Amino acid sequence: MIGLTHYLIVSALIFSIGLVGVLRRRNLLMLFFATEVMLNAVNIAFAAISHYYNDLTGQMFAFFIIAIAASEVAVGLGILIVLYKKYGSLDLDDLANMRG
Amino acid sequence: MFENFMASFMTVEGFAFYLFSALTIGLFTITVMSKNILYAMTSLAAGMVLISGFFFILGADFLGVVQLVVYVGAIMALYAFAMMFFDTTRDIKEQNTSNALVFLLGGLSALVLVLIFAAPIHSNAIEALYPMTEGVGNAQDVGMVLFTKYLIPFEVAAVMLLVAMISGIMLAGKKMDTSLTEDLSADDEIMIVKDEK
Repeated sequence: MIGLTHYLIVSALIFSIGLVGVLRRRNLLMLFFATEVMLNAVNIAFAAISHYYNDLTGQMFAFFIIAIAASEVAVGLGILIVLYKKYGSLDLDDLANMRG
Repeated sequence: MFENFMASFMTVEGFAFYLFSALTIGLFTITVMSKNILYAMTSLAAGMVLISGFFFILGADFLGVVQLVVYVGAIMALYAFAMMFFDTTRDIKEQNTSNALVFLLGGLSALVLVLIFAAPIHSNAIEALYPMTEGVGNAQDVGMVLFTKYLIPFEVAAVMLLVAMISGIMLAGKKMDTSLTEDLSADDEIMIVKDEK
């Protein structure tokens, strides 16, 4: 039988994949993809806990996470477009201009 | 241990769980590792579809539908449209941070998270705050809780989405008439024409 631990471990693995992406990527669009992966991993954990403890709170939190992810993408992509217009690239090393 | 695994693999739920986990982990690995933005985006969309499969197994039907509509429908379409602004056909060149260190850190955090989640929980002490109602569908149940107990967060989320929409328009909508990919001399011509006026 599949238990809560199974789901939590899968969610932890997916979260770690997203974390590796955030650590190793230099392109801003790819960093956004990695954060989406991490948000989805957390949603799986919430849905699993909600199912196994027979509680709706987990699903509610997953809904709000989805709403926050949607607004994050809307604002973030707007900023990416402005950055691309200004610098012509989305590479973090090109964008860093606060080196003392 | 192995017999346990085989027994759970034989049930429908177990088979779907292992299939979905293997596929999502593989697809998200492609998302994180791929050099091509298009491949990364496509595998991300496919992984999100499979994650909605997890939600359907877990009985969170409404959450699964919302995942399909919002993530796969809206967010991926937004990415696809935003990619028209960037040059996506070329492979991106990144100067990656040293891979050994990243995989060491990622592997360590994975190990710590798995150990934390595999630890036994005192589940008797946990009580459901908003228990699921018997004999009521998931969507109806979610609606009853969302519009009574979580009404204020719901309204705040609506305002937040409005703010996000306005800021998205303000950020991306400026200078939509000029092209990003053409050479910049076109910009100067427009400036000259404006000056002549």
